[in-house]
Amino acid sequence: MQILVTGLLLGGTYALIALGLTLQYGVARIMNLANGETLVAACFVAFWLFTVVEVNPLIGMLAIAPIAVALNWLIYAGLLQPLVRRARNRGMLEVDTILATFGLLFLFQGLMLLGFGGGYFSYKFLAEPFLILGDSYGLNRVVAFIAAASIAALLYLFLYFTRYGTAIRAVAVDPTSAQLVAIDVPRMAGFAFALGGALTACGGTLLSTFYTFNASMGVVFTMKALIIVIMGGVGDVRGATIAALILGVAETTVASLIDPGLTLATNYALFILVLLFRPQGILGRASA
Amino acid sequence: MMGLHRNEMVVAAFGLAAVALLSLLPLVSEGFALSLGVNLMLYAAMCTAWALFSGPTRLVSLASAAFFGVGTYSVALGLDSLPFGALLLVAALSSAALAGLVGAATLRLSGVYFVIFSLGLAELIRQIVAWSQSRFAHKMGLYVFTDLTERDLYWMLLALTSLVFVVGWLINRSRLGFALRIIGDDETVARHVGIATARTKIILFMISGAFIGIAGAISAPRYAYIEPQAAFNPMISFQVVIIALLGGTRRLWGPLVGVVPFIILMEFITSRFPNHSSVVVGVAFLAIVYLLPDGVTGLLERLRDRILRRAEPGVSSTTRNEIGEKAA
Repeated sequence: MQILVTGLLLGGTYALIALGLTLQYGVARIMNLANGETLVAACFVAFWLFTVVEVNPLIGMLAIAPIAVALNWLIYAGLLQPLVRRARNRGMLEVDTILATFGLLFLFQGLMLLGFGGGYFSYKFLAEPFLILGDSYGLNRVVAFIAAASIAALLYLFLYFTRYGTAIRAVAVDPTSAQLVAIDVPRMAGFAFALGGALTACGGTLLSTFYTFNASMGVVFTMKALIIVIMGGVGDVRGATIAALILGVAETTVASLIDPGLTLATNYALFILVLLFRPQGILGRASA
Repeated sequence: MMGLHRNEMVVAAFGLAAVALLSLLPLVSEGFALSLGVNLMLYAAMCTAWALFSGPTRLVSLASAAFFGVGTYSVALGLDSLPFGALLLVAALSSAALAGLVGAATLRLSGVYFVIFSLGLAELIRQIVAWSQSRFAHKMGLYVFTDLTERDLYWMLLALTSLVFVVGWLINRSRLGFALRIIGDDETVARHVGIATARTKIILFMISGAFIGIAGAISAPRYAYIEPQAAFNPMISFQVVIIALLGGTRRLWGPLVGVVPFIILMEFITSRFPNHSSVVVGVAFLAIVYLLPDGVTGLLERLRDRILRRAEPGVSSTTRNEIGEKAA
């Protein structure tokens, strides 16, 4: 029971990170391998805000999210849009964006290593016990989960109940047809990319309240987010949320029952199962 | 079909002369130059092997470190029971088996899955090896003591590189190579003309993985003490990708062009600015994507075409390209 709750609490934050990636890949068609670096950068900003300026990370998020939107939009418009224009087909775009975001991954990681060193960072925020069903959990984890759930709910409302959100979903389904019904596809793609970056940054901020982080851990989180996105079905917000919770629970189970060093192996085991049995995602329908 | 074209004879003669010349290096130099030579040769073999698969299919494989590590560990684990030559075979077979498993799981699906899967593969195997070592063997590393000198390793790697070239050339003129070129151009067309696309890709990935595994096995004696962090260093995968793309993957010899400048650059960076290597790797990736999408060889070819077109306006450049394609 304790494992299940811890896993679900962790999965909530994973969901937010993966939602960011699924918007970037599902709508903007950019496989952003530097996604984890956005997350780590947000961790560091939250750390700095909390320790130096003494700003509560939940309030800090109000500053971090707009900054992340702006920066990610700049990355999209400046670096990735030229690739979108250059690409003759989807396969070429995929190769180019993978390599370009790889470059960004190493660049950002290198810069953060130079700035902060390779050491581990953490800060104490709401490190008090909180009782759920008789067992105690860190209050920071519970708060992070609630915050993640509220942000995800807001995103859901936005995507499914506003015109703008519907347009984004239309681009995710079929960019060519979306153009026919007067949706400005390049602008939507840029917006989705920026919004995705902001979601990941929020996930990073929440993660930093209870997780020990360092400058080079971004890749691991990119991996996790990618696996969640594929498990949930590319561009599928609800699928990604469910997949994130499954991953969180599976990881916690293996870490507490077998060995904490095998978390990645757990991720891969899930990944292989999905690839073998449901490559279209747990909620996805088989494509033609 | 098996007869050698005259152009090919010339290329083969040049190749043999180059190999003969390169094999003299250990006789004239020791120490730093030889050690650099081993490094260059190692990456020459790995990058060419990488490009065998990733060149025609355009699937970026980041699994090199995993194959390298499997090769290294095959030697470390079997050194007491088998001769070195047999261990190279073991390394090749186990890497090929790993490549086959990965390929069977991912290459039937869209390319992105393959890239993502290969991205974490080395780290996954590293975790499992580290876990099983601490669980069952209660130690973190393994010793590798052999009588092989740096000189022997250099020659072995040179032989391996030559072998990769011969195999690559044979693949190019076989049905497999023809099928691959069609897949690379248009996978839907390939499927419609009856090519088993997934199987073709898996076979090629296994060949490429086996060579990288052998390269890892040959490098094992250099380490003397092998631990998971060093054997499955993810940087190997990224450097292989950068070098091969820097040189260009359209030609078999393309990756060779990238090896020398990049390895020397990395040696310089790691000795002078050890903290900047990530930044350099990042900038290298970006530079390739934005400035050299076809690598140095692609750039040279475009320049050559432009000059030729200006010199002889009568000859169309497309026929020239086709001739070049067949000769390479």
